[in-house]
This record gives sequence, C-alpha cells and structure tokens, in this order.
Amino acid sequence: MSELSGIAESADRAASVRAADEILLGFTVALRAAGVAVTHDRAQAYLEAAALAGVGDAAATYHAGRATLCGSPADLERYDQVYESYFDPRAGLPRRRPSPPAALETSYSPLPESEGAGEGTAADEEIVRAMASAAEVLRQRDIATLSANEKARLAAMFASLDVRPPERRSGRRQPWHRGALDANRTLRASLRRMGEPAVLEWRRPGRRSRPVVLLVDVSGSMSAYADALLRLAHRIGRGTARTETFALGTRLTRLTRALNARDAERALVAAGQTVPDWSGGTRLGETLKVFLDRWGRRGVARGAVVVIFSDGWERGDAALLGEQVAHLHRIAHRVVWVNPHRGKPSYEPVQTGIKAVLPHVDDFVAGHSLAAFAELLQVIARA
Amino acid sequence: MEFRSAADIAARLGETGYLCDDALATVAFLALGMRRPLLLEGEPGTGKTALAEAIAQTLALPLIRLQCYEGIDATQALYDWDFPRQILHLRALEASGAVDAEQAEKSLYDERFLLARPVLAALRAAPAVLLVDEIDRADDEFEAFLLEVLSTYQVSIPELGTVTATVAPIVLLTSNRTRELHDALKRRCLYHWIDHPGLEREIEIVRARAPEVSAALNRQVVTVVQALRDVDLQKPPGVAETLDWARALHLLGVARLDLETAASTLGALVKYREDAEKVRHALDRLLAS
Repeated sequence: MSELSGIAESADRAASVRAADEILLGFTVALRAAGVAVTHDRAQAYLEAAALAGVGDAAATYHAGRATLCGSPADLERYDQVYESYFDPRAGLPRRRPSPPAALETSYSPLPESEGAGEGTAADEEIVRAMASAAEVLRQRDIATLSANEKARLAAMFASLDVRPPERRSGRRQPWHRGALDANRTLRASLRRMGEPAVLEWRRPGRRSRPVVLLVDVSGSMSAYADALLRLAHRIGRGTARTETFALGTRLTRLTRALNARDAERALVAAGQTVPDWSGGTRLGETLKVFLDRWGRRGVARGAVVVIFSDGWERGDAALLGEQVAHLHRIAHRVVWVNPHRGKPSYEPVQTGIKAVLPHVDDFVAGHSLAAFAELLQVIARA
Repeated sequence: MEFRSAADIAARLGETGYLCDDALATVAFLALGMRRPLLLEGEPGTGKTALAEAIAQTLALPLIRLQCYEGIDATQALYDWDFPRQILHLRALEASGAVDAEQAEKSLYDERFLLARPVLAALRAAPAVLLVDEIDRADDEFEAFLLEVLSTYQVSIPELGTVTATVAPIVLLTSNRTRELHDALKRRCLYHWIDHPGLEREIEIVRARAPEVSAALNRQVVTVVQALRDVDLQKPPGVAETLDWARALHLLGVARLDLETAASTLGALVKYREDAEKVRHALDRLLAS
C-alpha cells in the first residue's frame, strides 16, 4: 500500500487533502457523464468511504467507489470503464467482467413514419361523423397496408385501448365481509370493548396484478408492424404496474427503460436508439434462450403472462426454438403468441418455426390491426 | 468498530471458515466503519447469507434474521401485540374484582404483551447483526417501510413510545436480483456483487468448510465445478453445491473422481434434468483428459 506522497508531507497537508477530494469528485462527475446515476449523497458517501479506506490505497479506493456509487451490475461495468480511463490503470486490480450481449447502443431512426403526429382537425359536425366511421375502418385495417398518414392517425387512437393488468391471488389477505375469520382484527375490535367479543371480522386473499412480459420481434419480416407493436408495448407498459419489454432480433435488447417515458413519441425514439439491430435477421430460438438465461428464469418470466409478437419466421434451428418456448411455458403462467399474419383469411400455420412452438403456446392470436390489439388486451387481462 | 482494516476483517472472517476476497473485505470494512447497510447481490450459492453469519460469529453478536417473502408486512417484521394474552389478562383482572378502567388499559399495553419481530428485536438487542434475506421477494411497499427503519434506526410504537437503537445494528441485505430494488433503498446502502470464487479460493473454501475431504479429491471436484460453470447450464452450480458434492463423494468413500461415481452423485450438483444431461456429456470430456 503506497501512501499518496502529498498526504505524508505535513507542510501542505490541508491543501493536498482538498486536492484528493477534488480528484475524487471529478471522478464522480465523469461517472455521471458515463450514465451512472451518481447523486450528491452517493458522492458524499464515496468521499467518506475513500477517507476511511485510505485515499493512498488504490485498490481500496476502487472498491469504495464500487460499493458507494454503483447500484447494479450494469453500473459496475460502466464504473470499471470510467475508472480505467480516469485513473491510471494499475496492475492487480480485478478485471472487468465480459459485457452483456445487449450493451451496444447505436442510433438508428427506425420509425420514420411516426414523426409529425397528424391530428385530424374537424370543425364541421358532418366531418366529425365521417371521421368516426373512418376511424372504425382504420381500426379494422391491416397495419402493414396503411400509408404514413393513416399510421399517424392510428397512432393517436392507441390511447383508446383499454389496458387492464392480469391478476392473481396474493399471499396477503384483506378485510372482507365474509370469508375466513380474521382473528387479529376480531380480537383487536374486542379489545376496544374491554375484551367483549361482539363483532366477528372476516378476511379473504387479496388480488395482485401479474407481471406482463412483452417480447417483440423486430426482424425484417416484422418491420411493417414494429412501430405499431412498440406503441402497443408502450401503452401496456403505462397501463400496468409491472411490465417488461424486450426486442428480439439477432440479439436481445431490453426496452423497458426506453419505453418508460410518458409520451409515446419520445418513448419510441428512445426505443429506436436502444435497439441496435432493426430489421435484421431473426434467430428467435437463440435470442429467446438469451432472454431465458439472463432474465426469464431469474424471475422476470416466473408467474408472468408472456406475450411474444412474432411471425415465427425462424432462420436458425426450429427445434431449438420449440425447446425454448417449451421451457418458457413451464416457467410462465401463460404464453400468448401474437402473429400478425394470423388475421389474414388464407393463413395456415405451416412455417417450421410456428409449427414447433404451437404445442407450447396457450393462446395463438392475431395482431394485425388495432381491433386485433383490443382483443389481445382482453386475452391478457383474462389470463 | 472492532476491525482495524480490510485485511483484518479478511483474516478474522477466515478464522470462522468464511474466506472472502479483497473486494468483499474492503466493502464489509467500509459498511461497518460507515455504519451503513450492506446490500449484497449475486448468484444463488455464492455466500451472501453466510457472510452475515460469519460477521456475527466473529464479533460475537446475536444474528437476527428476517426472511422476506411475498406479502410480508410490518406486523411480521416489526412488532405485534399479543392479543390473546391481552384478553386473558383483562379477564383475569375482571375475575379478581375491582377494575379501574384507566389502570387496566395502561397495564394492557405493557412490554410483556409486545411481540418483538426481527427488526424491533435487532434494534433492542442493539449491537447485533440484522440480516434481511432475499429482500427482492418482498413487495415494494415493504421496501419503503424498511427504508424508514434503516435511515433512522428507530421504531415508534404508538401505545408505548419510540424504540431507538443505542448502537446502530449491522445490517446486511441480500438479493437474488429477481427484480430491481428501488433506487431510494439502494442509495442508503453500500452495494456489492458477489461472483463465484476463483479456483484456488474455492479449494480453500472447501478445505475450510469440509476438512474431511481429501486434498486430491478437493482439487479434482473444484476443477470440474469451475469448468462446469463455463458450460451453458440453466443454473450453474454455486459454492454450496460444490460443498454438497464434495461431501457426497466423501460419504461414498471415493478417493478419486471417476465417471461412474460422478454420474451417480450428480444430484448434489445440478438440479435440472436438462442440465444433468449436459453435465454428463461435459464430464466425459473433463474426466477423460
């Protein structure tokens, strides 16, 4: 452990300590710029910890920063990168762990059609009536066949979708006028009457919303629907408490954070910047496996209603895809497969990918129009 | 407190059989020195809970454990009144005759009718180790409630008054990361991610925890487990599984690991059918070399 030479010298002690503080605070600023949410109290805790561990001890300062400034494995990785470039890299420090597959961020603009929300302006009463019926027609039409203008009108109609989260029984019980006897409340009430049992109180299991997981295929064959599906994901995410959204392409990308914005347009732009592989190929089986290994089995998919938006067009091994969906089916409460082509009258599930997954899917529904989305939301709410 | 440096912590935890690396020792030292809760995340079976036990043992403090589960609420974590006993007490007062209403009520909310649940128990036992295990299983409402206790280290009981810890307890929280914890809670804590240990350290751990296992078998078992962690398994074996497997092999009187005994004791190591098949294939390769 080498002491910082300035600290050892008593002459300029106060000044050099302040300098050390400045260096460390500068590091927190750099870290914040790199995307780690460093708040002031965290920075302060970091200084305190560094002082306690000994500022001269590089390894201890490194660990002090990791403990005080980070809050998740993603943070740790950014921390290591910033640390290496901010301080001189020293030998003997732990190496950084391999980056997760979805860390890459490139900025694409995948949703050119969604820009400039066209608000239908209708002053005349007659036009309003005409609009209403036009809206109904628009609701039923296949999204892939819409013009850019119609898509913009449809975007405004997503707000009309009624989102209700699926529910399950919870372990916590709640007061009710019948059900099982609530001993605690009964006794508490009788205590109020000096121990005279007068009223019996009852309780029943409460209800809690189930988590919803949305897996959206963003490959080339689904590109006509990608914009609408992400809008739907955003709408579901705003309407239910626990929704996780992922994009499936050649790789897995978590979109939950990007879609968190209140405004749909802003959320879609953020999602577009997060996904590196728009309209690429699909390796559904492999990407699903990554999802299960990194998120699903850990708890994200456990007991959840998992909705997969995909045409099941698999370039890789269809057997692997079937195996992964079977696994997902065992973990999740319900697996819903949404295929935009299913709404077409001549559709037959003959592709190898879709044939492999159908035995492991609870609901197989269409998802090509706003009306189909409304039906899907009912399926989710009932699950 | 009693520890002088991170190295001191590592050495003294080592005496109890818990071997930690420099990073964990430094973070534990900081948590104790700064009197902050320590939030440990990591794969199951990497020794998160064991750290709390080791710290309690080293400092000779009582370990108070709060196992979280879905639907846990304040009455199960903090305190509750013992209603049946309170009513019995009232009946007894009635039977003995002259009851002064005010006196009776006062005697009702007495310390002896208070059921101290883990958090209150830890505050009262003052220097103590409080382990909040698997906080990710509890609901987010519970997190908010815990936040309040962890920031002030006091609990107010309306009928009795406020209980404040004379010395802040050492608090450890563990999470398996099945869901993201709230930022507000994370900010109060020091954070550490526990990884699987390296080869030499894991051999040391097995030696410390299962001294009956011979050195040769120990090295062989740990080498195989370390290689298996790189195989694409649904649930890679943790240190706890390594220990189980080593003990199982020792019980069977195995001196050297071979394919047959390895296959028959696989149940101690992997807990998924798909994994068992993959491991069997991998063992062919690993044990042949």
